[in-house]
Amino acid sequence: MQSIQGILEFIDQIFVNLSFWFSSLLANYLPEWAVTFIMMFATVLVLIVFGLASIIWINIFERKILGRIQDRYGPNRFGPWGLLQCVADMVKLLTKEDITPSRADRLIFNLAAVVPIVPTFMILAVLPFGRGMVATDLSIGFLYIVAVGSLGTIGIFMAGWSSNNKYSILGGMRTVAQMVSYEIPMVLSVVGVILLVGSLSMVSIVEAQGQWRLPFIVLQPLAFVLYFTAAIAEVNRSPFDLPEGESEIVAGYHIEYSGIKFAMFLLAEYVNAFSICAIATTVFLGGWQGPILPSWAWFFLKAYALYFLLIWLRGTLPRLRVDQLMNFAWKTLVPLALANLMVTALVAKLVPQHSLVGAIALLAANLVIIVCIVIVKYPRWKQDKREVVLVSRPPTPQMESS
Amino acid sequence: MTDYALIGLLMVVAAIFPLIAMFLGFILRPRKPAPVKKSTYECGLETVGETWVRFRAQYYIYALIFVIFDVETVFLYPWAVAYNQLGLFALVQMFIFLMILLGGLVYAWQKGALEWV
Repeated sequence: MQSIQGILEFIDQIFVNLSFWFSSLLANYLPEWAVTFIMMFATVLVLIVFGLASIIWINIFERKILGRIQDRYGPNRFGPWGLLQCVADMVKLLTKEDITPSRADRLIFNLAAVVPIVPTFMILAVLPFGRGMVATDLSIGFLYIVAVGSLGTIGIFMAGWSSNNKYSILGGMRTVAQMVSYEIPMVLSVVGVILLVGSLSMVSIVEAQGQWRLPFIVLQPLAFVLYFTAAIAEVNRSPFDLPEGESEIVAGYHIEYSGIKFAMFLLAEYVNAFSICAIATTVFLGGWQGPILPSWAWFFLKAYALYFLLIWLRGTLPRLRVDQLMNFAWKTLVPLALANLMVTALVAKLVPQHSLVGAIALLAANLVIIVCIVIVKYPRWKQDKREVVLVSRPPTPQMESS
Repeated sequence: MTDYALIGLLMVVAAIFPLIAMFLGFILRPRKPAPVKKSTYECGLETVGETWVRFRAQYYIYALIFVIFDVETVFLYPWAVAYNQLGLFALVQMFIFLMILLGGLVYAWQKGALEWV
């Protein structure tokens, strides 16, 4: 029994031990400041390599599942079951000719390919991938994520503006309007969790869920739905992919990009989509906590389960219209997030922390809000009066047969 | 301090990475420029008129409302972090604050600022 626990503990802490072993190995040969610097550099490299490598399987995962949802195979040519498709794509994009339109603003056009990637990787620094597996546990963790995450907008708008193309500027403008609108509900929905935890640090948020013995999705189901919806819009994923809108504005902000610069935008998009799943896992699903399996395995299991949900939504829902998109953010999500915040604050003051009673009260409060919304939004007396109006079409002119 | 040093280092390395990738592309890619290739993409036509024109005002109205709410969240975060130590008074205060903001949202709604025209 003891030995099994020992083994589990060993597997759980394997990455932490590896980094500790590496730093003590270096300490034999190098002065302390050099060891600190090398360890920092190694952490940064691990994060970036992880971000890049995860594209390979995220991409194939997404395209396979999307293929199955749309009743086709998905990529199946390159490598076993098409698993190396992403590598082939990368090689192809690297060897493609790079075209800068002659009317474009060259400097900003080139710079825009670099800007969206930087914040994408910076978010990874505060995510706790496992017990003790966090690059840096900032005390302002979530605020940092929000602040850094909103920087990506600038890069996308730079791309849209500098291309000097009507489609791309429409895409850029839409991106700014959408990201700005959906940032509010995303930020507000997490305030409820933060006031239960009393800290912005991502590690404390995970540990607080251990103290409650429940993930926050149970205490704050509404906040989870709000966060996830707003976050999907924030990373421009379907059904909120208006900035890209292939069928209306061709490809939106990255229409003029080709080759490796285009790959940079795709890369930023995929890593971003993974990080919103990882953040939702940390804040609402209990992060790395879970029985038996090692902590990092739980984290990735939960994060990729959420990513599957993202793909499922993408395969199922049609794209929204611009006015629907804006109305949804300001008239539905923002009032709901504010209501959730107020009710959570009130209930959290009344009930004891870290207790089952408190948890039930918080859950009940959330359910009450949801029920209220359903009653207000879809009243029965309104439904009864609703009629199905069939639009009568003018008869199609028939060709006169002679 | 080392926390933020790591963030800074990450930022620098993350900015260097796309430059390396672009340099690789620069070495590998073919170069066959042609004036038609470099023209602005349009569906088979020459593009007409200026792109950098004054844009519709609706986008800026949303930006204005956003600023209000974003500043609000700046006030909400410290309040939420210190919530367990604060008394009932802080709760009432924040409720009043939120009510004023909600009033602002309702005003913007009634004025039609949230309508997409």
